[in-house]
Amino acid sequence: MSYKLLIVDDSKLARMSAAKALNALHPDWSRVEASNAEEALALARQTAFDVALLDFNMPGQDGLELAAALLALRPSLPLAVVSANHQQEIVRRAGEIGAAFLTKPLNEQALGAFLDDALHRLRQADA
Amino acid sequence: MTGAPTGLLNELQLDALTELVNIGVSRAAASLRDMVGSQVHLSVPNVSLETRSRAIAILAEREMSNLVAVHQVFEGDVTGRALLIFPETKSLELVRAITGGDLPLEDIIELEQEALAETGNILLNSCLATIANMLQRSLKMSLPEVLRGDAATFFNLAPPPKGGDVVMFLYINFAVRERDISGYIAMIMDLPSLTALKHLLNEFIERATGQTAHSIDDRT
Repeated sequence: MSYKLLIVDDSKLARMSAAKALNALHPDWSRVEASNAEEALALARQTAFDVALLDFNMPGQDGLELAAALLALRPSLPLAVVSANHQQEIVRRAGEIGAAFLTKPLNEQALGAFLDDALHRLRQADA
Repeated sequence: MTGAPTGLLNELQLDALTELVNIGVSRAAASLRDMVGSQVHLSVPNVSLETRSRAIAILAEREMSNLVAVHQVFEGDVTGRALLIFPETKSLELVRAITGGDLPLEDIIELEQEALAETGNILLNSCLATIANMLQRSLKMSLPEVLRGDAATFFNLAPPPKGGDVVMFLYINFAVRERDISGYIAMIMDLPSLTALKHLLNEFIERATGQTAHSIDDRT
């Protein structure tokens, strides 16, 4: 079964890079993209997606605030906050919200492990 | 009118450069967090191509005179200067946060120069090494130097730029709210380095996206 990934990042390059990694790991998955939290929340109200990858440092709401807002809309959504800023306060807060934390630059191995875990959760929810 | 030069980097190259800086400064912030023991907040980086005078004006708009900067020159395929800048009034607080806060004022004053140089060294090296690694090039860093003055002092350092008065100017604000510490990381480079950087960015874009920079350009 194929799923849809939401990628939110103010950098087009970072979105393209995440898309490349997704294509290598799960070529059958589709994706939707947003360049900030506002766009992402608008998308979340219109479009169904199964997993989300959120940049941390963005203009407007940051990735942690967006994660909390998305989880308020859909509490079971598997999501990860992505950043090179691995300060313990940020990583801890991601955990408290219920988001995974992935380090930038995003590599296929780390994304793969997160998506495997997300798939496991999605299949459990479907069962 | 700013007279800012345009067309040197296209939108995607500027995006890639901003993302590189964001990753570099984010890692540096994590190092600073370990040094001061409190969370370091970062702004979204701002990267633009400016005339030197405009870069000075941008910094001057945000901060008045009496600034302290830790300055390092980087050399390699691209050459430029990286600066960690903050108001002079915050520099003792930064030293106090790094040394743990138990030292008497006279010791902190004595340590100031050395502590600032070492902090700048760790932050700027962390940032530049990350960027250099992602561009797959090595950069040679000079020893850190502590400067005092204003934006014009920092951006008009000798020797004068070889390639005209165009600089890539980037700045990102950092703040440690619990300690009332804030400052900027800024980087400047001139035209020949920008041309070299443009090629490195194209290679980086190809590696990151699996597509050539030209093919992406054609679609946008």
